[in-house]
Amino acid sequence: MVTNDSTVGHGTPAAVENALGADNYLNHGRGLGSWFTTLDHKRIGVMYLVSILASFLLGGVFALLVRTELLTSQKTIMDADTYNQLFTLHGAVMIFLFIIPGIPAALGNFVLPLMLGAKDVAFPRLNLASYYFWIAGAVLALLSIVVGAVDTGWTFYTPYSTSANSSVTMITFAVFILGFSSIFTGLNFIVTIHKLRPAGMGWFRMPLFLWGLYGTAIIQVLATPVLGITLLLLIVERALGVGIFDPALGGDPVLYQHFFWFYSHPAVYIMILPAMGVISELVSTFSRKHIFGYRFIAYSSIAIAAISFLVWGHHMFTSGQSNLMSMIFSFLTFLVAIPSAIKVFNWIATMYKGAIVLATPMLYALSFLFLFGIGGLTGLFLGALAVDVHLHDTYFIVAHFHYVMFGGTVIAFLGGLHYWWPKMTGRMYSERWGRIAALLVFVGFNVTFFTQFVMGAQGMPRRYYNYLPQYQAYHQLSTLGSYLMAIGFVVIAVYLLQSLFRGAPAPANPWGSATMEWQTSSPPPAHNFDATPPAGDPYDLEPWRWDAEAGGYVRRAPAASA
Amino acid sequence: MSVIERVVGLTGRLLGTQSDGSFWMPVQASTGAPGVDRLFHFLFWLSLAFFALIVGLTVLFIVRYRRRAGRDEPEASPSHNTALELTWTIVPLLLVFVIFAWGFKVFLDLNTPPANSFEVLVTGQKWKWLFTYPNGHVDENLHVPIDRPIRLVMTSEDVIHSFFVPDFRIKRDVVPGRYAKAWFQATRTGEFQVYCAEYCGTSHSDMLAKVIVYEPGGFERWMAEAADFLTKLPPAEAGARLFTSRGCAQCHSMSGVGGIGPTLKGVFGHPVQLAAGANVVADEDYIRESILEPQAKVVAGFQPVMPTYKGRLKDAEITALIEYLKKSSE
Amino acid sequence: MAENHAQHLAHHFDSAEQQFESGKLGMWLFLATEILLFGGLFCAYAVYRANHPEIFVYAHRYLDKVMGGINTGVLIFSSLTMAWAVRAAQKGQQRALKWLLAVTIACGFVFLGIKFVEYQHKWKEGLLWGKRFAPHAEGATAVASPASPPALAPPAGGGEEGTLLPQAAPGPAGLARADAGPARHESAEAPKNVQIFFGVYFTMTGLHGVHVIAGMVLLGAMLVRAVRGDFGPEYFTPVDLTGLYWHLVDLIWIFLFPLLYLIH
Repeated sequence: MVTNDSTVGHGTPAAVENALGADNYLNHGRGLGSWFTTLDHKRIGVMYLVSILASFLLGGVFALLVRTELLTSQKTIMDADTYNQLFTLHGAVMIFLFIIPGIPAALGNFVLPLMLGAKDVAFPRLNLASYYFWIAGAVLALLSIVVGAVDTGWTFYTPYSTSANSSVTMITFAVFILGFSSIFTGLNFIVTIHKLRPAGMGWFRMPLFLWGLYGTAIIQVLATPVLGITLLLLIVERALGVGIFDPALGGDPVLYQHFFWFYSHPAVYIMILPAMGVISELVSTFSRKHIFGYRFIAYSSIAIAAISFLVWGHHMFTSGQSNLMSMIFSFLTFLVAIPSAIKVFNWIATMYKGAIVLATPMLYALSFLFLFGIGGLTGLFLGALAVDVHLHDTYFIVAHFHYVMFGGTVIAFLGGLHYWWPKMTGRMYSERWGRIAALLVFVGFNVTFFTQFVMGAQGMPRRYYNYLPQYQAYHQLSTLGSYLMAIGFVVIAVYLLQSLFRGAPAPANPWGSATMEWQTSSPPPAHNFDATPPAGDPYDLEPWRWDAEAGGYVRRAPAASA
Repeated sequence: MSVIERVVGLTGRLLGTQSDGSFWMPVQASTGAPGVDRLFHFLFWLSLAFFALIVGLTVLFIVRYRRRAGRDEPEASPSHNTALELTWTIVPLLLVFVIFAWGFKVFLDLNTPPANSFEVLVTGQKWKWLFTYPNGHVDENLHVPIDRPIRLVMTSEDVIHSFFVPDFRIKRDVVPGRYAKAWFQATRTGEFQVYCAEYCGTSHSDMLAKVIVYEPGGFERWMAEAADFLTKLPPAEAGARLFTSRGCAQCHSMSGVGGIGPTLKGVFGHPVQLAAGANVVADEDYIRESILEPQAKVVAGFQPVMPTYKGRLKDAEITALIEYLKKSSE
Repeated sequence: MAENHAQHLAHHFDSAEQQFESGKLGMWLFLATEILLFGGLFCAYAVYRANHPEIFVYAHRYLDKVMGGINTGVLIFSSLTMAWAVRAAQKGQQRALKWLLAVTIACGFVFLGIKFVEYQHKWKEGLLWGKRFAPHAEGATAVASPASPPALAPPAGGGEEGTLLPQAAPGPAGLARADAGPARHESAEAPKNVQIFFGVYFTMTGLHGVHVIAGMVLLGAMLVRAVRGDFGPEYFTPVDLTGLYWHLVDLIWIFLFPLLYLIH
């Protein structure tokens, strides 16, 4: 472990320069009303953060209930319909309410203008509207649970979803509204990155997190409308019987799957691209080194965004689409693996000869390398046509996407949250508890989901309420792991909340990063910068030296560093 | 078992060379399974090699380049190296081409049935598989001879299901309104599990069946006996068989417990309350009508969700079912 | 002038030019989302038309080409007045701006009126979507009722691929290989599943109609602001962006009209 504790925020001197006592964005306007009507991207980001964390808690409780039910091969605590509703809601809440807006809308909103040295995003009102659309969608989704829970799975496949006797219409409308929220965020980010970059920051001087957000925003803007029309068609199908997806009326239920995955596969990259951006920041900062292969990482983000539109058919290898189509989609699917591999190798190369600091955010970045490595490599199994036929719709898939979405996105989200927490709140959290929790989540996650790879390959289908006794040991181990993970999250919640009141004041730059958000006070003033810093190489960490007196990193004159 | 045998056994399981199932894959019971497993295990070892490389380098770098007392600063090293980066772009690219081609080839083999296949019609409905043989016999399990290609022509009565036999490595979605096709050739006798792999509602996880593979001659014996149970058995007993094999029991219990549909325990000859308000006595005509036109007189408290059996049950079969209900209500 | 300039410049932009360019880029991105929204429907159209050309050829005759044609003219004319209105705003011609916006809105009303009459005819004739498809009036007697739901019906033709098993109704082919026989392009006889065409027709024109209404609401807001005298050579972004949106709505109709009304 790290010997130089002061470098990760422990025991910072009381003299640390901190804006908590001064005018900052948190106390700039007073009262709840000033929050609900704010146009400040930082406040909107914080509101998003609180909201999506609440969704994460809800989805997590659903997940624990599902795992608990699966402790025995027959009924454990609930009946089949309740179980089916719970896994549907777990998926829908986690995907549409938590993970899609997770990094872009919460962390991205807070960080993006700061990284650009800008005062705000291009359209602050649209940004607030995006938040309120999210709230409206979330309220509707929760209402649909109260009115009569949905049990279709988060994919809403027809014709089950058009025939199911439940509040499918309401939850699909909720997702439709959430789509607007996502589009508004993406549109705002694209325009902000294009038009509000400061003089001196060319495209290849942008922090890689912005490249990740840019790629994400492109997908958000171009894919989400297709989900919108799909859900609209589903709604009119249910309400009016239009028949476009209804086989009894000459329609085609598999067309729904094509439409749905045309959005939902790129959506996977909406989730993972910003996560990769976060990891690029973390690996460079905590290796105290310039990122390796900047251009390859930046281009690979855009390559992923582009190819992600062409691979949706790999969700339908067993649906009866023609062999030719399966072949094309399989081929394109393998292509999308390459940019991800490039990033992983570049991150590892960044650590070479660095001075690696194992602070909490870096532990999450290392977790990410490990878990996303497994998630990505198991993707090869699923892209290979013959093997996919066997593994499709089994627990192998469940494990694979949890390794990518949770092991990738959520872990990177946690890394980013810990990394920017001092900037957002002006407080340091407990480094020791941060590391313990990171370890708990890592171990718990692997116990939960690695077992699922094995039972899936052994043939255990997903979305099963009852299962054959031969899978019971796997299920019980998996459930045990999920409890361990839950403990990890409780620990995180406790020390982060504690830090809000008791945390040591955070310096402007506790980690020694060179991106612009660290060149304003923690927390930043409402207008972001008292003096806009000059745009330089965002990974030139050389001038940033630990200053014991300031309690953080400060920029030294270049001459002093030689 | 000696240590050496254990080691050999474990290695075989990890390598996937054993046909009675490995650590990863279940028993290989069809001609298609070994090909899938070879690719799976190739991918497994390839992935493991890459994973070991990633984790190994990460751990090595952390140990060597950790910041510690006396090593406060990073060492100078280049921030990009185009040749190196192109290497780790192109090598994985070539490897995935190999995987793609291999996966597609095996996939084509899995999807191309031989010309002389024996055909069985598979019908999926909530939540039951039905297997119709060329002679018209309908069964709730799939009985097949060993070493003979079997071609399945599958359709669904209601929503999308998916026919999945892990031991054969086959899976195919069964979509209403069209025919899905799959084939296999069993290489082992015994019973193999059939699952529904596409979520289809409340009892999705109970939509199970067995593939029963017979040794040469056994299948023909079974077929001869099974085909004419309607004429050989007393009608009530034949009806009892139909009641489970044709899916009635999925929704209607005979124990008095309510399900998707009303229980049929003791229903025959007694009045039932209809959703429309009227009362009607459950006699032969009512039961026949309820089988053929289920929406005509729906029992109070139940959804009108039963599919029609018009054209799917012969008159003799309906009569047998009525006899069964009559007998069990006595 | 300089005052007007500063009044409309948000605090986070450096210059009015930057603000204008941001607004314009944002609008173009929004229009891209609209195109993709309709793109889904155009894909559905393409899939069904490719698999069942006979349905489209047969059913399109029940649409009124004259009314569709007039509506196309009305919308093209409204695009002209809209473009002119933007020009008037840029030149500060307040009176012309108000009149041109009003005429554009009026064109929207004419379009919706004609569309309403068309819908009413379809309603009377029972030429509606999927479940509601029940042709009954004189003009529509030739249209077939929907095919019975695919069940294990008796074999429709020769055993496909030599199967011994009873055949299901052909049903929809969707994106799978179409197993249907040769398409009957100019047959007078009604093909199966004609309701698919009307399902597509009502979804596409319905969604377009909703967009026309949204455009008219925007235009109304512009008219109110124009009357207030908000716009001039220094500040006309909202009129410009509304114009872009209105042109897109027109453009979508220009695709819908031949695809639905003029099939051969």
